[in-house]
Amino acid sequence: MNEMTAIQTTLKDWESDQEVRWCPGCGDYAILKAVQRTLPDIGADPATTVFVSGIGCSSRFPYYLESYGFHTIHGRAPAFATGIKLSNPELDVWLITGDGDGMSIGGNHTMHVIRRNLDCQIMLFNNEIYGLTKGQYSPTSRVGTHSPSTPLGSVDRPALPCAFALGAGGRFIARAYDVSKDLPEVLKAAHAHKGAAFVEIFQNCIVYNKDRFDDFTAKANAAANQIWLKDGEPLLFNKGTQGLAMDRDLCGLKVVDVVDGDWEAAGVTVHDVKNRALAHMLVELPFGPFPMALGVIYDDPRPTYDEALLGQDAKAREGKVADLGKLLAKGQTWTVGE
Amino acid sequence: MASSVAAAETAPIAHTDTPEAVVVRFAGDSGDGMQLTGGQFTLSTALAGNDLATFPDFPAEIRAPQGTLFGVSAFQINFGSTDVSTAGDAPDVLVAMNPAALKTNVQALKPGGLIIADTGEFTKRNLEKAKYDSNPIEDGSLAKWDLLAFDISALTLEAVKPFGLGNKEALRCKNMWTLGLALWMFDRDRQPIVDWLKGKFAKNEIVANANIAALNAGHAYGETAEVGSHFKKLHLDPVPHTPGLYRTITGADAIALGLVAGAQLAGLPMFFGGYPITPASAILHNLAKMKEFGVTTFQAEDEIAAICSAIGASYAGHLGVTSSSGPGIALKGEAMGLAIMTELPLVIVNSQRGGPSTGLPTKTEQSDLYQAIYGRNGDAPLPVIAASTPADAFECAIEACRIAVQFMTPVMLLTDGYIGNAAEPWKVPDPKEFDPFPTTFLTEPNGPDGELLPFKRDARGVRPWIKPGTPGLMHRIGGIEKAIDTGNLDYAPATHQAQTDARKAKVDGVANAVPPQGVSLGNTSGKLAVVGWGSTFGPIHQAVRRARAKGQDVSHIHVRHVWPLPRNLGELLKGFDKVLVPEMNTGQFKTVLRDQFLVDAKPLNKVSGQPFTIAEIEAAIEEQLA
Repeated sequence: MNEMTAIQTTLKDWESDQEVRWCPGCGDYAILKAVQRTLPDIGADPATTVFVSGIGCSSRFPYYLESYGFHTIHGRAPAFATGIKLSNPELDVWLITGDGDGMSIGGNHTMHVIRRNLDCQIMLFNNEIYGLTKGQYSPTSRVGTHSPSTPLGSVDRPALPCAFALGAGGRFIARAYDVSKDLPEVLKAAHAHKGAAFVEIFQNCIVYNKDRFDDFTAKANAAANQIWLKDGEPLLFNKGTQGLAMDRDLCGLKVVDVVDGDWEAAGVTVHDVKNRALAHMLVELPFGPFPMALGVIYDDPRPTYDEALLGQDAKAREGKVADLGKLLAKGQTWTVGE
Repeated sequence: MASSVAAAETAPIAHTDTPEAVVVRFAGDSGDGMQLTGGQFTLSTALAGNDLATFPDFPAEIRAPQGTLFGVSAFQINFGSTDVSTAGDAPDVLVAMNPAALKTNVQALKPGGLIIADTGEFTKRNLEKAKYDSNPIEDGSLAKWDLLAFDISALTLEAVKPFGLGNKEALRCKNMWTLGLALWMFDRDRQPIVDWLKGKFAKNEIVANANIAALNAGHAYGETAEVGSHFKKLHLDPVPHTPGLYRTITGADAIALGLVAGAQLAGLPMFFGGYPITPASAILHNLAKMKEFGVTTFQAEDEIAAICSAIGASYAGHLGVTSSSGPGIALKGEAMGLAIMTELPLVIVNSQRGGPSTGLPTKTEQSDLYQAIYGRNGDAPLPVIAASTPADAFECAIEACRIAVQFMTPVMLLTDGYIGNAAEPWKVPDPKEFDPFPTTFLTEPNGPDGELLPFKRDARGVRPWIKPGTPGLMHRIGGIEKAIDTGNLDYAPATHQAQTDARKAKVDGVANAVPPQGVSLGNTSGKLAVVGWGSTFGPIHQAVRRARAKGQDVSHIHVRHVWPLPRNLGELLKGFDKVLVPEMNTGQFKTVLRDQFLVDAKPLNKVSGQPFTIAEIEAAIEEQLA
């Protein structure tokens, strides 16, 4: 997020003149639209907005937005973003990455940009597959994923991006999916958070991993399998007939039935975006026995890296004059006479 | 430093008349403080007005087991009353603080040279650790040298007794005792060292005073007649230098200062993204202390993030700089390609060390030349500059900044472990001597119809630099091939051909913006040209000088711009019957010269982790002219 003067734009102002080159029906289109819808709402200025991406289908994103954009190299977008933000903290920096880019080749940088708490928005498009390289399994693919590189099914456990981000010290963790009408709200919350705001967006790869998220995104499954989190409100889903409550014996959450809307009687927990322990439980909820936790899971800002570092530098410069001649002649010197 | 010490480097000093130059090597356990001793001796040498060159040689281990052969740390200094340009071939004096130091260094000592050894450390256990079957001090095996062996440990303990230090702490003052003796030998003022000790131990007066007492005791030991039979006090006259203000400088200091100066001349704030690696870290450490010059330093999570953050900074309008050594440079390769493709300025400093892989982290080599010129995927040209001495590194760093911003290109600056750590006197330049090269950013659309063309090239093939944050100039850049002028994604065959040609032409054109190649010593044509680059400057220069003094027709050409090569270099080389290329690698620059100019360049190679000696190059010159 950035302190800035709100300026008036429309969705159209954020469309670049470039032809969008994703597969027809790709979830990325919906995410692009959601972003183009969000940016006018938050008063973003195209001149001070920078989208930085790595490599992969998702990383083509910056080309399609009428802002400043840098399509960099595989996995390294967080490092570029760090250099950009430290050089000009006035810029509003958005990072676009995917499950391969951000969790595999760039996992190290994802960890450090979150740990340092660089002020930026990180959108990780998770389609659980490598799209641009034609369908290999990714670090978020479920066990048993059949792909050209795992013809017998993958055997390794998938990474959980939100759990990873929280574990790395993340102060803002949210989840949504490509066609969700609530995605702009989640992005607005991410933007309002000062610091590294991590948003995992489930994205449908219609070519290599079609309808992978139907278990909770399909219309018929949504109510029973999505729980939208709202700060200060009870953890209810399935039209309020079920909720999540603390299981004190297991130190975790359990699904409880809510009768006649009396969630208090059922012991349903109230969501608190500043409760880190609760956040840990929510990002780790196994899907199946539990619904998919969506919305803002955690939001508790602390000082950002850019402020801390640049503040320290500014303090170090206080009262000092940049005299190059003096710098060169520093230390013990001697004079050779005529 | 560019003149002869020929006469001085062949005769031992002990029992002789005052020589023009002397080589002293301090060697001890890595915990004995030899680098500190060497550093302070260097300072006193500089203050005495002698010319000097140093060569610190230390182990890769931080605290190697005490007394072992691989834990020996040495510091060599060559100083004289004439110009000195190498750390010297063979020492005249070896100070050996323990048996391991003696064993690993004594073979380098000139016949007749002086050994000063601390007998207090020649215990049975230490002799075993150094793999000596018998005590060399007693068994006559050191007969071809002059041996001065006495118990420095005991004398130090005696000197610092009044301060009540523990045995271990007291013995730490040994290096100052030894330095005191060395200061006496070469008629040096102790006061600057005393001042330095007071500053260094300002928070611990007892330790400061104990060290000063040890320093004085060592000096007094020389003063009293006790060692008079072995050597006499020597006074080397100051070198007649150009008048002005001087200091000593190491390559690592010079590069940091040069980068700061370069950014100032470009009128840009500097962003330095680095990751710790030997021997490049000193540049990061130095810059981290220079914030008031608009420097931001960022210790990244790895080498890749270091360069990527620097590229991000350049994109945002800073002068992006990154630095590493060979293994780290290898990791940065892909990102360099992006900087080439997006045509952003960037300075990459490579402090070369012995390779491949981890290789010899603390030893010097020049084996990253191919990596610098060719080491990226695709046709990915970038200018490469090589510093030849610690002082030259300052100007080279400025030159790297200039080319980077004027040509919107990454530039690699090559230095090496030797230049980085070695010190030499430096006439402090006046910043006004350097022409500024102010940067301009695009602020208005540059197309004929008011549209923005981020990749529209000027006459030199250079695109405009556009900072994000500039209203109305929003655009996208990336590593994918792009259309002419607009920079829109385009990988049509003709586009890639045209852009590859344009990128190459731009970098080739840098040769038009650098001075023509000169001759460092000798004539512009003749029988033999000895062509060097980088830190071989000193030994080549001295070897050529000696050869010329013998009447041989040989010249020294030292190339700073190793890519693209100076336009006149091919013609210059063709004026010589033979071309010899001494390099601390297996013949990389030799191959580049052969490729570029079809000259029959002959290699002279050394990859022992040690710099060339003058004698080695002299012998090769003899061979070529035979």
